[in-house]
Amino acid sequence: MIPIFDYILLIFLIVAAVISLKVKDLLSASMVFGIYSFLICLLWAEMGAVDVAFTEAAVGAGVSAVFLIATVYNTKRRSSD
Amino acid sequence: MKWIALIAVTLTGSLLLFGVGDFPEWGDPHSPANQGPKLKSGEQVSKAVSQDFLTETYEVTKVPNVVTAVLADYRGYDTMFETVVVFAAGLAIFAILRVFGDGSDTPPMRAVEDDTFVEGDHSRIIIGTTCKLLIPIIQLFALYVIAHGHYSPGGGFQGGVIMGASFILLAIARDLKSALDWFSEKNFMTLASVGILIYAGLGVLCQFFERNFLDYGALKVFMISSDHPEQMARSYSMLGVEIGVAFTVTAIMFAIYANLSSRGELKEGL
Repeated sequence: MIPIFDYILLIFLIVAAVISLKVKDLLSASMVFGIYSFLICLLWAEMGAVDVAFTEAAVGAGVSAVFLIATVYNTKRRSSD
Repeated sequence: MKWIALIAVTLTGSLLLFGVGDFPEWGDPHSPANQGPKLKSGEQVSKAVSQDFLTETYEVTKVPNVVTAVLADYRGYDTMFETVVVFAAGLAIFAILRVFGDGSDTPPMRAVEDDTFVEGDHSRIIIGTTCKLLIPIIQLFALYVIAHGHYSPGGGFQGGVIMGASFILLAIARDLKSALDWFSEKNFMTLASVGILIYAGLGVLCQFFERNFLDYGALKVFMISSDHPEQMARSYSMLGVEIGVAFTVTAIMFAIYANLSSRGELKEGL
């Protein structure tokens, strides 16, 4: 574990989480969510849980972002906010 | 109402953070997970399971990657139902979204273009060619991850997802139709069921040799030329189980994408 790298990752993690909640555009939100998954994957890889990191990279950052984007493309915004 | 929600969230969050304070240090060798349970007087109740896993897994199963050994052998029953969960998720998406019919009542999402030839839209040719080059490499890597699941990080779930992602890439880069030509709905739904059948079938096969369900050591009769038949039987059964998991996950990942992106019509995607 490298402490400074760890802190940078954690700060970015929180920033990405807040942005993905706050951003209005759903497409950007799902892409930022992919970034969040990727940061968590880095964190796990750095803590030595390589199997979990691998799963997170494949499922969280890869496929689930694609699923979210596919869903966003097929939905409409009803309210006007 | 917003205030109540804010108070609830803050309270739960601070309680969680308070609970984290009781966790042992990261990598602490004296934590209960590494030392085994202790009484308040300091008396050791039993040895920790994790010690057994770390010291004995290689001798018992000949699998260097302890994570895979725990996942596919010691907790094989658990992993089987994880695969069933993935399968059930795919079936749920299928049941909710899939529409049978000619689809004439919904307008096409995008004009269908012939992307094999030119007239203006060159970017599609670049993307199509790049993906054509990339997809075989991705699939090869996925097969490597599946086959080496018990030697290095990886395994059925990861390799299956990568394999499914290669088909999704094909569907995004060209269109859903050309991906479905490779991997039709009939094929992927069959493959998803076959994956679970392989997993459960290996378990039932063990029962024919008067051992427990998923007790792979029973398959040592097939390991004729090996010095350690029982260990190698467990090792190879883990590979078989991973292949079953990979079948299901590949098929279900692509099934979910195909249904989500085409609103269940499987005609044209994004």
